[in-house]
Amino acid sequence: MRVPRKLGFTENMISFVKRFLIALIIIAVLYALNLAMSKTGLFGFGVPLYQVDLWKMAGINIILAVSLNLINGFTGQFSIGHIGFMAVGAYSSTFMTVYYTQGLEQWLAGMVGASVAAAIVFALVIIIGALAAALAGLIVGIPTLRLRGDYLAIATLGFAEIIRIVITNMNKVGGATGFRGCVDPITNITCSDPSLGRLTIPAYTNFFWIGFLAVITIVVIYNIVNSDMGRALISIREDELAAQAMGVNTTRYKVTSFVISSAFAGVAGALYGHWRLPHPNDFTFVRSFEIIIMIVLGGMGSITGAVLGALVITFVPEVLRMLPGGVYNYRLVIYALMLIIIMITRPQGILGNYEIASWLKRARKRPEGGGAIGGSTGAPIAEQSDSTKKSAKELENR
Amino acid sequence: MKRILIALTLITAVFASATCTRRGGNCADPGGTIKIGVYGDLTGQTSSFGQSTKNGSQMAADEINAAGGINGRQVQLIHEDDQGEPGKAATVVTKLINQDQVRALIGEVASSNSLAAAPHAQEAKVPMISPSSTNPKVTQVGDYIFRVCFIDPFQGEVMAKFAANSLKAKKAAILFDSNSDYSKGLVQFFKAAFTKLGGEIVTEKAYAQRDRDFTGQLTAIRDLKPDVIYVPGYYQEVGVIAKQTKQLGITAPLLGGDGWDSPQLWDLGGDSLNGSFISNHYSVDDPTPVIQDFVKRFKAKYNGTAPDALAALGYDAMMVLADSIKRANGTECAALRNAIATTRDFKGITGIISLNEERNAVKSAVVLELRNKQFVYKETIAP
Amino acid sequence: MDTFVQQLINGLNIGAIYALIALGYTMVYGILRLINFAHGDIYMVGAFAGYFIALKLGLGPSWGGLLFVLIGSMVVAALVGMAMERLAYRPVRKYARMTSLITAIGVSLLLENLFVALFGGQGRGFPQLINDTNFALFGNAAISKSQILIFAVSIALMVILQWIIFKTKVGTAMRAVSFNLNSAKLMGINTDAIIMFTFALGSALAAAGGVLTAQYSPTIDPLMGITTGLKAFVAAVLGGIGNIPGAVLGGLLIGVAETMVVGYGSNIGIQSTYRDAVAFAILILVLLIRPSGILGTTVQEKV
Repeated sequence: MRVPRKLGFTENMISFVKRFLIALIIIAVLYALNLAMSKTGLFGFGVPLYQVDLWKMAGINIILAVSLNLINGFTGQFSIGHIGFMAVGAYSSTFMTVYYTQGLEQWLAGMVGASVAAAIVFALVIIIGALAAALAGLIVGIPTLRLRGDYLAIATLGFAEIIRIVITNMNKVGGATGFRGCVDPITNITCSDPSLGRLTIPAYTNFFWIGFLAVITIVVIYNIVNSDMGRALISIREDELAAQAMGVNTTRYKVTSFVISSAFAGVAGALYGHWRLPHPNDFTFVRSFEIIIMIVLGGMGSITGAVLGALVITFVPEVLRMLPGGVYNYRLVIYALMLIIIMITRPQGILGNYEIASWLKRARKRPEGGGAIGGSTGAPIAEQSDSTKKSAKELENR
Repeated sequence: MKRILIALTLITAVFASATCTRRGGNCADPGGTIKIGVYGDLTGQTSSFGQSTKNGSQMAADEINAAGGINGRQVQLIHEDDQGEPGKAATVVTKLINQDQVRALIGEVASSNSLAAAPHAQEAKVPMISPSSTNPKVTQVGDYIFRVCFIDPFQGEVMAKFAANSLKAKKAAILFDSNSDYSKGLVQFFKAAFTKLGGEIVTEKAYAQRDRDFTGQLTAIRDLKPDVIYVPGYYQEVGVIAKQTKQLGITAPLLGGDGWDSPQLWDLGGDSLNGSFISNHYSVDDPTPVIQDFVKRFKAKYNGTAPDALAALGYDAMMVLADSIKRANGTECAALRNAIATTRDFKGITGIISLNEERNAVKSAVVLELRNKQFVYKETIAP
Repeated sequence: MDTFVQQLINGLNIGAIYALIALGYTMVYGILRLINFAHGDIYMVGAFAGYFIALKLGLGPSWGGLLFVLIGSMVVAALVGMAMERLAYRPVRKYARMTSLITAIGVSLLLENLFVALFGGQGRGFPQLINDTNFALFGNAAISKSQILIFAVSIALMVILQWIIFKTKVGTAMRAVSFNLNSAKLMGINTDAIIMFTFALGSALAAAGGVLTAQYSPTIDPLMGITTGLKAFVAAVLGGIGNIPGAVLGGLLIGVAETMVVGYGSNIGIQSTYRDAVAFAILILVLLIRPSGILGTTVQEKV
């Protein structure tokens, strides 16, 4: 473990400047990528527009997977309700956009120009989406996190489905037919009267927003995992009773990490809602499974693993679309088979608990390397055998 | 080393996929074969809709090509499957526009899917003709979106008129599909027209797509003793609803819309469908020579399958498009759009097609009675 | 009153189907602590098997034909269930629970997508194997032949299941395995075979549920198992997962609650489209008040 050392003023400044420069570079790169993915392209070159959608989806999936990994991978609380919080974020933010921000945006546009006004409003509704999802996370988390294991999983699944069904029955946000723009309160179908709200949800989301928020998500989760709180969370995952005995307030930590995780799902929802228009069918429990598959595939308890898993799950079905005629129809069968085979042959996921950097390092120093939980230090191999041991123990205890 | 190699391969693969050629997406006509995208539900819940549209439009394209193409240029249809899901419809249309660079689009059948896809066509200025989405909202998406069928206010009114005048119904119950814009729209227009004609709506019950049990709703409806039950859903659920209606001993006739029109309906509902009525775009029994000739050609091409209304509309959509490309003398986007918008008195299979200001076709509807696994022609109601 | 009785019959009817499927969830969970998410798809496989048997043999309405289709589909589903256990679940049994769960999701996706690829996603009309007629009870209330059939067959199957578990050798072995897998192995029980048998038994019950539903609402499609399976699973948890009478009770309870919400919900401002939320709302309430389910702790037998 690295021992934190007090830094002098100059060192502090250097580290601050370094961070500032890194942030600038990331923003510049994202901006360039955003241009490359726009219609005009970057210097005439660009990503084919068909693939742009996939990259955007990949970004949103990264936010979902990395944030779910905080609660499932690092805290060890198995939630299958992540998509429900994404739905809350998507609907609450688009609801605000459609019914309440039009005046604000016009007023701002008069002062700072249309594009900046749109950006400000979008940032605002993303925050609202995140807060709404966090609140939902708190409401769901407090009662359910008392439950353990499978029961917790089932309860979160149930809550997510209830959230979806309630949305399906809310006419104000389009109900079962999806939310495209304001809804006439009398006829309950999309309205034609602009005084009731925006007729269509503006497509604020572009690659820059998605990329930027994906980076923020990764940085925030990384910092949490490598903080005191992160260590508390990991102790809960390893042995909840022992953690409690050591004086860790397990309930508080579990609820906090659940709320943070939900807030990021809300961010992903806000991005999705202002891009694809939210529809209740986009938020079924099958999608929750998909996010879990991402983190299990990448390696539970690895942030870069979650990123990798999100990329694989986004792109593999699309790559399989390129299969020739006869096999094309079986693309999703192949996808499912791949999933099962990976689980049988590499149950710890692609990276296990390693982060990519240490995973590559391990390639050079074969027998044992500096793997890490969240990238710093740790004993990943022990963790792996731990979980197998645990399952063996469970079998014995019955 | 092995790991580094794997990582490098992955990264290269990702970047290689991202450096393909840039999309066309511009308005100019590239010349050569005219590519047209047809998207619909080929494998999902309402796949009979997508298959019929595919067959109809493909038959039209084959006939055009056999006759020497449009101004000497061949037509190539690219069919894509959206599994009947709005989200997938949007993705598939983006692919057709950007990857395959189609010059025009034909689709979808279900209004919800058309509504999801239309903004993408509008944005890319690729004209889209929906063969059979009847919800008014579809063409309101923008000036590049058209349809060759009538719209729901008319269809709802037709059935209300038929119920009140021909069946002398006073009390109607409604059982609708809460997942579909089509169903919700029809309910709204039927209700307005029926109450205007002096009728009373006794109850409105909803179900969700994929539901398999409707006895709860139907038992509640049975209590109110309606004269007719309006079920403006899709065939998949309607077949089961018909069966469970009879199981509960309800004798009031079921009324529906063009969403019932599928050969599959009979497998699902069987004899319990007898005595129901639907509004539709055309009848395969219509003795008009144009229609009978079309039915004969279609049966010859597709192993004796009779064309349902969606096949006929798919055919008409392709023919209207071909006619417009001919008049626009190419596929330059604005010229093609204007040519489609000025379609007047085009003699289609499903009637004479004129597009109005709102880019909707103004056509008459037919009422069909369901009897012994057949849609029997009852009457024609003009707009 | 007659309306209420009618709704009760409707509800118990769906409930009986949920119960048949819930039994499979509960037995597998009792033995392996595995939530077998693919079980709902086995119900679908059973319905499809019945469909093809009836179609290939051109069976019309007859009791013999129905019995044949029922048994045939149960056999097919049992084989699929055993194959699933052998090929997918057994290799991951030694790993962490999460791995098994993801594998189950994978198997579920595999079955759904395979059937969509093979047969298309559209619904198919299931051949009617009984002439459905109504029997008036009193007032407006009536019960149809297909409803009586569902009650009769599901009760019969549950009695047989109870007999297998408590009166046969293999049932005793199942109980032993569910009690403690390793000790059972030490006692000379072939645990692998018992686990496989449990899968076969659960799958056969689900298949019977599939064929029976198809007599009542005659349409089947490859995704029919998703919602029904999920609700049956909820029923199993509700009754106390791992507990057999609990699964039956949970299934019936959810069926009735759902139908009552559809029938009477609008009187208290709940739309009929809330039906699917009912199961989950009850589930969460029960989990919060009594996490082990209604019968979870009071009855010890876990299979």
